[in-house]
Amino acid sequence: MEHIRLPKVENVRLLDKVSPGRSRVGILYLTATHSIFVESDTGLRSETWVLHSLVCSVEKQTTTSSGCPLLVRCKNFQVLLFSIPREPDCHDVYLSLQRLSHPEGFVELYCFSYKPNIVEEERRQDWAFMDLKANYSRMGLPNSLWKLSSINQHYKVSSSYPADLFVPESATPPVVVGSSKFRSRGRFPALSYYSKENHAAICRSSQPLSGFSARCMEDEQMLEAILRSNPRSDFMYVVDTRPKLNAIANRAAGKGYEIEDNYSNIKFQFMGIENIHVMRNSQQKLRSPSMSDFLEGLESSGWLKHIKAILDAGIFISKAIAEEGVSVLVHCSDGWDRTAQVCSVACVLLDQFYRTLKGLMVLIEKDWVSFGHKFSHRCDHLAGDPKEVSPIIDQFLECVWQLMEQFPCAFEFNERFLITIHSHIYSCQFGNFIGNSQRERREDLPLRTHSLWRYLWTNCADFINPLYRPDHSQTQGLLRPSTAPYCFKFWKGLYNRFDRGMHPRQSVEDYLRAIQEETQQLEEQLASHKQVQLCHSPLSEDNSRNQTSDGLGYSAAQVIPSNQIT
Amino acid sequence: MEFAELIKTPRVDGVVLHRPFMPTVEGTLCLTGHHLILSSRQDSAEELWLLHANIDSIEKRFVGSLGRIVVKCKDLRIIQLDIPGMEECLNIASSVEALSTLDSVSLMYPFFYRPMFEVIEDGWNSFLPQDAFKDLESITDEWRLSEVNKDFSVCSSYPPLVAVPKHIDDDTLKKVATFRHGGRFPVLSYYHKKNGMVMMRAGQPLTGTNGRRCKEDEKLINATLRAGKRGYIIDTRTINVAQQAKARGGGFESEGNYPQWRRIHKAIERSNILQESLIKLVEACNDQSHSMDRWLSKLEASNWQTHIKEILTTACLAAQCIDREGASVLVHGTEGTDSTLQVTSLAQIILDPTCRTIKGFQGLVEREWLQAGHPFQQRCAQSAYSNSKPRQEAPVFLHFLDCVWQTLRQFPCSFEFNEAFLVLLFEHAYASQFGTFLGNSAAERARLSLAEKTVSLWSWVNRPQELERLTNPLYEANSLVIWPSVAPQSLLLWEGVFLRWNRSSRCLDEAYDEMVHIIEYNKELQNKVNSLRRQLAQLETEDPLLHTP
Repeated sequence: MEHIRLPKVENVRLLDKVSPGRSRVGILYLTATHSIFVESDTGLRSETWVLHSLVCSVEKQTTTSSGCPLLVRCKNFQVLLFSIPREPDCHDVYLSLQRLSHPEGFVELYCFSYKPNIVEEERRQDWAFMDLKANYSRMGLPNSLWKLSSINQHYKVSSSYPADLFVPESATPPVVVGSSKFRSRGRFPALSYYSKENHAAICRSSQPLSGFSARCMEDEQMLEAILRSNPRSDFMYVVDTRPKLNAIANRAAGKGYEIEDNYSNIKFQFMGIENIHVMRNSQQKLRSPSMSDFLEGLESSGWLKHIKAILDAGIFISKAIAEEGVSVLVHCSDGWDRTAQVCSVACVLLDQFYRTLKGLMVLIEKDWVSFGHKFSHRCDHLAGDPKEVSPIIDQFLECVWQLMEQFPCAFEFNERFLITIHSHIYSCQFGNFIGNSQRERREDLPLRTHSLWRYLWTNCADFINPLYRPDHSQTQGLLRPSTAPYCFKFWKGLYNRFDRGMHPRQSVEDYLRAIQEETQQLEEQLASHKQVQLCHSPLSEDNSRNQTSDGLGYSAAQVIPSNQIT
Repeated sequence: MEFAELIKTPRVDGVVLHRPFMPTVEGTLCLTGHHLILSSRQDSAEELWLLHANIDSIEKRFVGSLGRIVVKCKDLRIIQLDIPGMEECLNIASSVEALSTLDSVSLMYPFFYRPMFEVIEDGWNSFLPQDAFKDLESITDEWRLSEVNKDFSVCSSYPPLVAVPKHIDDDTLKKVATFRHGGRFPVLSYYHKKNGMVMMRAGQPLTGTNGRRCKEDEKLINATLRAGKRGYIIDTRTINVAQQAKARGGGFESEGNYPQWRRIHKAIERSNILQESLIKLVEACNDQSHSMDRWLSKLEASNWQTHIKEILTTACLAAQCIDREGASVLVHGTEGTDSTLQVTSLAQIILDPTCRTIKGFQGLVEREWLQAGHPFQQRCAQSAYSNSKPRQEAPVFLHFLDCVWQTLRQFPCSFEFNEAFLVLLFEHAYASQFGTFLGNSAAERARLSLAEKTVSLWSWVNRPQELERLTNPLYEANSLVIWPSVAPQSLLLWEGVFLRWNRSSRCLDEAYDEMVHIIEYNKELQNKVNSLRRQLAQLETEDPLLHTP
């Protein structure tokens, strides 16, 4: 509360940049968690809420005769331009928002003050909803080829890795530890995805500390073990997601990439995905006014080029697994950004499960949360180093969206689901994405915050894609998207989310959803009418006999999400 | 002339056909007067029947003794024929070239085509001006149907019947015609029932450098204004272009002579620039480099989307003047046969729900394009692959269809027709077995006796089986004015036309089928529930005991 210099300002104008005539006058309230603009003109008292943890920048512009403009940009791409009558008031609001939107400690985050009406017992159970072990057993693990390793139980081998990891059955603890010492931040090769059908696996790690000539027996044995746990294959791919030049530059710093000659039977491949700094700059251009010349701005941002590079890498890996039956080890530098993107995109392409509501949540929990994607750094949760901020998870969500555009029946969830997840990754309302690793998270968060996954599951009706059919041919097996440049679209649903006028005025999805709801009611009515009719049947046998059986090939029940997490 | 003279080799065996997204077919290639046919003689394999008129350009290459012909079609498809034998290949190529560039309209396929279907309603009589006018007459008596152009002598590009203000007589019209480009005096294009405001269209006024004026012209357009009201003149050209037109005898309405009118200039490009834009866009879509930068920069350089935005914006402006400002509007560019018609027809899509039905849209195309004298024959003579220097070609109608598609995408439930209908119109405007889009004006169509000698596209479309394919399952009549967004983010590339042959649409087609399935299943259940309800109601009347629970 001490950061609020001014709790209330009157006669504030909320400017509409598209049509200035539609600007609204009202009162701006500052609370500990939100700024609230309450329109005073209308009887409706329309309100605009801005969550402080979603604010990414506050900018005071040159004072004009009509007031002092304050530009508030949010991480969910909302942009608000206020005009405050008095300059000193504007400055107070500016300073307050600056401070409120950049908390200095975890305790200040919204998730610790967010208290929905849920009893403690339930809250704790909600965290148990997400069960990664169940996901691994869904893949058929552990088995004779892969075992659950407890080597990182106390985060001693790698502080940014999860406690539970799958490694090849033949990888002994000394091999794992030895390998971890030869990898950046101790992130040794561990399993991300395993294909029951053909035993091919995706493993992930960080770069090896190979420098110009260093070797490590254990690391070589570790890769050998991964190769051997795919009995039908005599080689494996090692995919370095970085551009070759970046990887070479790392060698000078004692890091680098695998020398093919030192490892038996690996095929090495660069992917050319740019680093977090390039991605940050690219997205900043998407947000900038240069986008007024849309196509030119889109091109110069390079954004879609990066999305394509990530998807191309995902496709390479998914084809290696599904079509060649060859295992893949994926890494970048630290193995928590590009590696997370590429492994999770490959999983979406490979496995129908990850294209369901539950599956996508599990996937984000697995490849992002548990494997130590540094959410708090990347999403700027706390005041910190701006060079650590980067929209890496945005790019993954966008890859999924681009795939949904190409395969409209293959995904159980809709665009709104992706946007809601995006929003809450940044909002800090739930505990799931707070901190930078499982080690940081485990201590406190499940005790004091709520879980997003349970919240999404409870509200899953909002997130269902009406066109999804689990039995549809395009839903089955490996997705083979086209990555011709013209197949990529600009995601205005996310980046222009708050520019209402830009979106279709009628939504096919909402229309179909309404139809499906009605269909369900009709099915119920039909059933009850038939019931009544049966009761009457002794009195009017003819009618009941004429009644046709409803051999309908399709039932609304098919579009309701599957309940098992397997 | 006999077609046989042009066909040097009527058939070649062992030809291999490559088409996008289809298995290759080996078979016999046959040339007829109007078609290139490839048949495998196996019952299962599909045959290719390609109208010569659909061929935009061909290229021949030789690989050893194997000749290869690449056929580029006006619908943007590219197919490849591998022909054994150099001589056969050369013969086929030169025959196809000759047959696809016949000058005489009367040799075109529509004059030879005999329908294999029963004509339920003759499309040539479906949209007569007098019928459309009857509708208007029931609402207002301010307009009359003039026969001043019945022999096409006043304006060669106008139809015999045009709607004009009631108190303007034919002599005045004749005088006005001499003051307007191509004799295109202002005529009624649209009457807005909601407030009685109108939209008119014309050719540019021939003011020239001396600022010539024409009292009758002023009188005519002022007759459409209510007392004390002002109107808007929308000139589709920039003020600079309009100024330059004065040097060639054209010009625009000056404030001094038209004090009751406010003139607004927009920037819709002239046709040769649009043709260039189409060629660049299609080239971008066919680029094989797989580079995102290259694609985006080529897409931008084509300026296609910019043109779409400008046309839609101008149409929105016209609609806004009428519906929001309650003012009447006169639209013109230079000739009044291209950008003018884009604007007047799109404004009607925005304002008038009837134009968003299948029949209503056909009527709109008849009124605002065919009768209004858009020179289809000239504009659609060549498409994006033409090697020859463009003369009169321009994708003016395709631009219009693209704008309609953009609006359909934004209001997916407000149109009775679907995307397939728009694609169909695009195809038939460029090459067709039907006579609808032949000729450049009503006068030419009358001279060619198209109504007697050819079949109308509408006769074919307006049959139940075709209509079913072209109907939008989401349609719910929407009586409101629909305002499309013209923000660049809202305007998409029309994949159904421009990427149709570049990427498989299987998954998108499946999604469409799924949507239809959801809606049809719902209807089926509704019918079942209703019939059960009726049965129950009947039971209850028959058996009074049931009323007591």
